[in-house]
Amino acid sequence: MTDRLESTIVGTSVPRKEGRDKVTGAARYIDDMRLPGMLHGATVRSKIARGKIKKITFSPQIPWDEYVIVTAKDIPGKNCIALILDDQPCLADGVINHSEEPIVLLAHPDKHALAKAVDAISIECEPLPAIHSMEESEKKTHVIWGEDNVFKRFLMEKGDLDAVWAKAEFIVEAEYTTGAQEQLYIENNGIIAVFDSEAGVTVWGSLQCPFYVHKALVKLFALPEEKIRVVQMETGGAFGGKEEYPSMIAGHAALLAMKSRRPVKIIYDRLEDMAATTKRHPSRTRHKTAVSKDGKILGGEIDFTIDGGAYATLSSVVLSRGTIHAGGPYFWPTVRIQSKAVATNTPPHGAFRGFGAPQSLFAMERHMDRVAKVVGVTPEEIRRRNFLHSGQTTTTEQLIREPVDLSSLMDKSLVQANYIEKKKSFALQNKSSSIKRGVGIATFLHGAGFTGSGERFLNSLVGVEATAAGTVRILVSSTEFGQGTNTVLCQIAAETLAIPYETVEIAQPDTTAVPNSGPTVASRTAMVIGDLVRSASIGLKQTLQMGGVLKETYTPAEFVAACHRYVESNGALRSMARYNAPEGIFWDDVKYKGEAYAAYAWAAYVAEVSVDLTTYSAKVENFVALQEIGKVLHPLLAKGQIIGGVAQGIGFALYEKVLWHNGRMQNGQMTNYIMPASCDLPPIQVIFEELGNPNGAYGAKGIGELPMDGPAPAIINAIVDALGVEFDAIPLLPEDILQAMTSPATSKSDQAPVGVFR
Amino acid sequence: MSFLPPSATTQEIWLTINGVAKTVHAYPMERLLDVLREKFELTGTKEGCGEGECGSCSILMDGALVNSCLIPVLQARDANIITIEGLAHLDRLHSLQKTFLECGAAQCGICTPGMILAAVHLLDKTPQPSLDQIREGLSGNLCRCTGYLQIFEAVAKAAAASEPAR
Repeated sequence: MTDRLESTIVGTSVPRKEGRDKVTGAARYIDDMRLPGMLHGATVRSKIARGKIKKITFSPQIPWDEYVIVTAKDIPGKNCIALILDDQPCLADGVINHSEEPIVLLAHPDKHALAKAVDAISIECEPLPAIHSMEESEKKTHVIWGEDNVFKRFLMEKGDLDAVWAKAEFIVEAEYTTGAQEQLYIENNGIIAVFDSEAGVTVWGSLQCPFYVHKALVKLFALPEEKIRVVQMETGGAFGGKEEYPSMIAGHAALLAMKSRRPVKIIYDRLEDMAATTKRHPSRTRHKTAVSKDGKILGGEIDFTIDGGAYATLSSVVLSRGTIHAGGPYFWPTVRIQSKAVATNTPPHGAFRGFGAPQSLFAMERHMDRVAKVVGVTPEEIRRRNFLHSGQTTTTEQLIREPVDLSSLMDKSLVQANYIEKKKSFALQNKSSSIKRGVGIATFLHGAGFTGSGERFLNSLVGVEATAAGTVRILVSSTEFGQGTNTVLCQIAAETLAIPYETVEIAQPDTTAVPNSGPTVASRTAMVIGDLVRSASIGLKQTLQMGGVLKETYTPAEFVAACHRYVESNGALRSMARYNAPEGIFWDDVKYKGEAYAAYAWAAYVAEVSVDLTTYSAKVENFVALQEIGKVLHPLLAKGQIIGGVAQGIGFALYEKVLWHNGRMQNGQMTNYIMPASCDLPPIQVIFEELGNPNGAYGAKGIGELPMDGPAPAIINAIVDALGVEFDAIPLLPEDILQAMTSPATSKSDQAPVGVFR
Repeated sequence: MSFLPPSATTQEIWLTINGVAKTVHAYPMERLLDVLREKFELTGTKEGCGEGECGSCSILMDGALVNSCLIPVLQARDANIITIEGLAHLDRLHSLQKTFLECGAAQCGICTPGMILAAVHLLDKTPQPSLDQIREGLSGNLCRCTGYLQIFEAVAKAAAASEPAR
């Protein structure tokens, strides 16, 4: 524990800033907002995965003159959702590349009148052969994107891998897959847009990244930046799911508003939200690992492939994070990691908490258990022999400088879980019980902030201002959607300025009122933006001190008096801070080498499961989540992040399965897409370790995504421990367990082949 | 209103909302959820799924916990309705609203109104619930942020504070 700072606000569980409004129902979400003369908007979508639009027919039974109708022809600027590449149209124009692709927009004063009208439009298409799996995409039976169906490839090489195979005692090969996962925020997506020929476009919405929406609308409307305004409303969950798609909905609502010259509200219903918007990328990871006689990894080949869906969107960045995390928290003397994001004719997959890392880490952590079996040591022992240590380098050759001791983190988590004793007693009990129990572990890391040079490109700017009354306001585009942005940033400003937390507030994210502090993603807000808020707060204090109105040490009352005097004579008091890359940081974007992340959080999770061989359902009975996160800024919020992430990880592992048919989601309802409910959560022990972080606010590292990485492999490793059957694909549903337990291939040998012995 | 059958007409419906007698003209099959949100501007009641799965639109109707997205407004005639707006008295929060804040039980807040009403209903029926009874009592309300455990703590804390039973 580092406790260099005498924190009185940072490190304590102050009340959530917007908490009172949330428990009284006063918090204003997008669907709670109404504007005079407002129309409701709806989207007509493709029902096929790929084809050419031949004709759009409007049934004569609908009084179409009551409706505002928008097609691609109405787009004033470029028909695209600007993000990384401009390949995704805002409205399909002649060509359809995935089911649920938007084609026609409708608006009407009565929202009930819209549904019938949507059904009364028929899109006649000439179907084209579609790609529905990564394997079909790789075979290039049809080329549906670019020259080879590949959005992005990475190749990361460390050392001479080819020389390693001959030295290996064991070569362990296996393949692991993960499925699509819906973010399932409880508030569906929604936007309200207004168009004014003078002022331009204004949108309010449920969203994570106001300046992403801003960038997309600038291009779509061919308007100057100052004529686009984006405002975030209270947002009812996001988890990455409101990172890129709100740009699409904002474009749609704004196009309808432009044509009708009235405010337009688009609120998706659950079915539309689940079927049409982004999900976690399905993945396939192949490991081939050379291991020495004593269980040390000598080197390996990792092939990581994700399904990007029909357009590029964020897939290249998801792929990057998945690729960098693919080697886990282990030391690889040599490694070759090849990865690619491929195109299929499904709605584009996108950001979801973890952003590629939960996929490749699931494979790594399952694979470590398999390597352990081949070598003949325990899962904990194989990890202990291969953990990264301070002074060693990661797969990107980033030097680990901090004194992290993964073995001791893991040992602590094992003690907390009573792992050794449980493992022994379960093995005994399982012989005579139809309920099989097991324990499993996952050890992992998660890099915080944008990858490599990403933070330098973002070049984030934040502001802190004070009024004459001494109220301090934080100006950032960083958004609150449950994770605690408002609270943590206000804590940091209050701590830095030595004033009460209650006297600090945060501005509503509005692109005309706050600077661009970048997107609220990548576990970057507390660490990167928090540190900028600290810098800007120091600047504010220094302005007062250099202005001669504030002493070196002061009371909160003196601070208020100083603000009053300063504002009276100078008009305004504002301090800005811009991102400065830490010194000595090197990143090679071509070779993908160097300091991939400014900080890593480290974790060891232990899952205890039971599998009932009457129903074949698996249940998580106990869970230990131990992590090192630099500095806990707010214990209650931090704990909530971990428990919530573990819950989503349980869903990822055991419940949440997207059923696809011809590229369409078949179970886009909460009735048939099952997320964990109150009875599905085990007791979860959350333990924090704090090593500090020189690059984060008060030593903080990012934690938002970390807890999504470990649960799935820990749970599946526990199920393998309970049943003695290898499972390498998630989600793992009861029918999958039944099939594996009753298929002849599995029952013949009590251990499925786990590796090649040399 | 071309989409409605010609026979559909609005009716005058009397009901009590958060202790105040109200009248509304509504189509009989309009969802109580929409009537509360749009006609009475009680937007604290949220829609999450529209099919009775997520519980975000939970309200109390004559003491029963119901999903207001599944209740035609006609069915609420003469009923006594409590929504999230009816829990705090002036500035004084309901004990569950307080413990939800203290225990970190509200993150994004969208499930919170329904979750709190489910908890009010649970403590009305079972003032000192066991952990299993809390899990069961909240099983109709989905939360994607918290993983529920801090919600359970909030309910247990409110129950403990109200001892002895009323």
